[in-house]
Amino acid sequence: MHSLSNFCLLLVVLLNFFTLGSARLGACIRAVAIQGGLLALLPILSHGITGHTLLLSGGALLLKGIFIPWLLLRAIREVRIRREVEPLIGYVPTLLLGALITAGTFIFADFLPLLPQHHDGLFIPTALATFFSGFLLLMTRRKAITQVLGYLMLENGIFIFGILLSDAMPLMVEAGVLLDLLVGVFVMGIVMNQINREFSTINTERLSALKE
Amino acid sequence: MLAALILFPLFFAALALLLPWYQGRSWMLPLAGTLHLLLASFLVVRQAPVAAPGTWIGLDSLSKIVLLATSLLFFCCAFYAVEYLKLHRARGNKVMAPCLLIFLSAMTLAVVARHLGVLWMAVETTTIASAPLIYYNRNRLSIEATWKYLLICSVGIALAMFGILFIAYSALGGAGPATLQFDKLLAAAPTLASPWLHAGFVFLLVGFGTKMGLAPLHTWKPDAYGEAPAVIGALLSGGLTSVAFLAIVRGVQLMGAAGDLTMARHALLGMGLLSLLLAAVFMVRQPDIKRMLAYSSVEHMGILAIGIGIGGLATYGALLHLINNALTKGCLFLSAGNIQRAFASKNLSEVRGAISVVPVSGTLFLVGFLAITGSPPFGLFMSEFTILRGIFSGGHTAVGVAFLSLLAMIFIGMGATVLAATQGETTEKKVLFKDRFLLVAPPLILILVVLLLGLYIPEPLRALLQNAANLLEGKS
Repeated sequence: MHSLSNFCLLLVVLLNFFTLGSARLGACIRAVAIQGGLLALLPILSHGITGHTLLLSGGALLLKGIFIPWLLLRAIREVRIRREVEPLIGYVPTLLLGALITAGTFIFADFLPLLPQHHDGLFIPTALATFFSGFLLLMTRRKAITQVLGYLMLENGIFIFGILLSDAMPLMVEAGVLLDLLVGVFVMGIVMNQINREFSTINTERLSALKE
Repeated sequence: MLAALILFPLFFAALALLLPWYQGRSWMLPLAGTLHLLLASFLVVRQAPVAAPGTWIGLDSLSKIVLLATSLLFFCCAFYAVEYLKLHRARGNKVMAPCLLIFLSAMTLAVVARHLGVLWMAVETTTIASAPLIYYNRNRLSIEATWKYLLICSVGIALAMFGILFIAYSALGGAGPATLQFDKLLAAAPTLASPWLHAGFVFLLVGFGTKMGLAPLHTWKPDAYGEAPAVIGALLSGGLTSVAFLAIVRGVQLMGAAGDLTMARHALLGMGLLSLLLAAVFMVRQPDIKRMLAYSSVEHMGILAIGIGIGGLATYGALLHLINNALTKGCLFLSAGNIQRAFASKNLSEVRGAISVVPVSGTLFLVGFLAITGSPPFGLFMSEFTILRGIFSGGHTAVGVAFLSLLAMIFIGMGATVLAATQGETTEKKVLFKDRFLLVAPPLILILVVLLLGLYIPEPLRALLQNAANLLEGKS
């Protein structure tokens, strides 16, 4: 069980790298969708099959693996864009930064006083690495849609950490968190649509009128 | 009873969605606002025992203070909103009215939450519910402001979630079962693993600090407050920031119970002073009256953080300041909205001599400025003076001197803009807008309450503030 969940987590880290290094938006969205699907396996793998984990996994799979990626894929089809152009920092430097951050989180997690049962798991470094990869994606890309994707990835990182604590998080709160994510992405989608209509592009560098 | 306070605005929101009548939809807001204020004051006055440990919602002295301030602010803003929506019939209220009511409900839930997960969920909901409100004007600038607000606050809130999870992890090694219920966490605080708790507090501070607008995490604030309708600016700067502050205070309470109050206080003090400094720098020669108010909000968040950071008497001052700031910000934003309407601009290049064009709103704006900068006899003078006394009696002379000189700088910077906007000859030829009763009465009520608080603090309120300060100081 342990090795299986670690294998999933390694795949999650690899998907982080893939998303950071890829210019094709469709592929990025699919990568994050697969990541969401993998995350849905984790509660069952680490806590066994109970009503709580089944609901959590089902919700995560539906939202993170299927519904939100579908919304995003539809959005890029509507605005007819396929590639991210000119990111603020190039792909290779982003990848390098991502690798550095990942290495850093693995070292950092070694310093934290972990409980004995979490010592050989990869949950905490993966959670932090995914969170910060998402943050990096959000900071370095100009397309609004990639920024939303970064936000999604960042939430995936939190979800991984949350699995360790599913005793502390009542199901209703978990459901609320997922619902907030969904509505949040939905509202971001609406705003993105308005940006596209108003500026005829979803490049957020045009959003620079407000400053001192 | 408490659950009703959260649920009934949602009911009104649903009603507003279904109602096919424009004015009726607008009037849902004051109706819900009045009911909310009545119910909230009843719950606060009734000396109910603190809810049994283990429940998800409950009222303690801290949440009572924030609940009263936000409820009164919403009550006034709701009446203003009716007239505001009447003026903007073309833009509709099908989104505005339900979103405002959902916002009220989420804000109430965040205030009364006794479970950190529920608290997080509610604060995130306020972000989502207020994004369409900021976008109300539907132009390029408001899109930009909304996008920045959504992204920065969502990421900030995500950081806060990490902080909450860290705190939950710190409880995992202890004796009891893992929990995020606040009373249980408080009781278990001495057994929490301190590296995780410290990391958790830092993430919490950064996360909710973004939402509250503490420097250097305030970058979304001038844009969002500048572009949002005035009534939304009032609710965000008076209500939402207080709620986010309460969330940080919960973290401080936890650190206090764990015996690590010093670290939490130093962090707050540093961020508070930085907020004052940045606000002072950006406020000087600020040509935009609403952006100026946004920086003033950064300043007052800084004052709150400093008050908690110093502790002792200053804690009491900070809690009083929270009420005063919420109500005064309401008055300032609402009257600034009227001025903006009269000149069709919020920039000093066009706004001149507001008092001669919209006499009541212009005067209210000027009086609001005097109040917010801490001139006697308004409430903010009392609260800032109390904080200052706390600073000096605690022996933090350097902090006190910095605090005073930054406040003086802000007074001069803000004064230059406000006097230019309100006094002097107007260049406006035709009158676009005249003061109306429902657009000037709400800010008038708010500033009168602030004046009253400066002259006399009723004994029950004083006791409430003292209780809340004791909660934070770890005395019971």
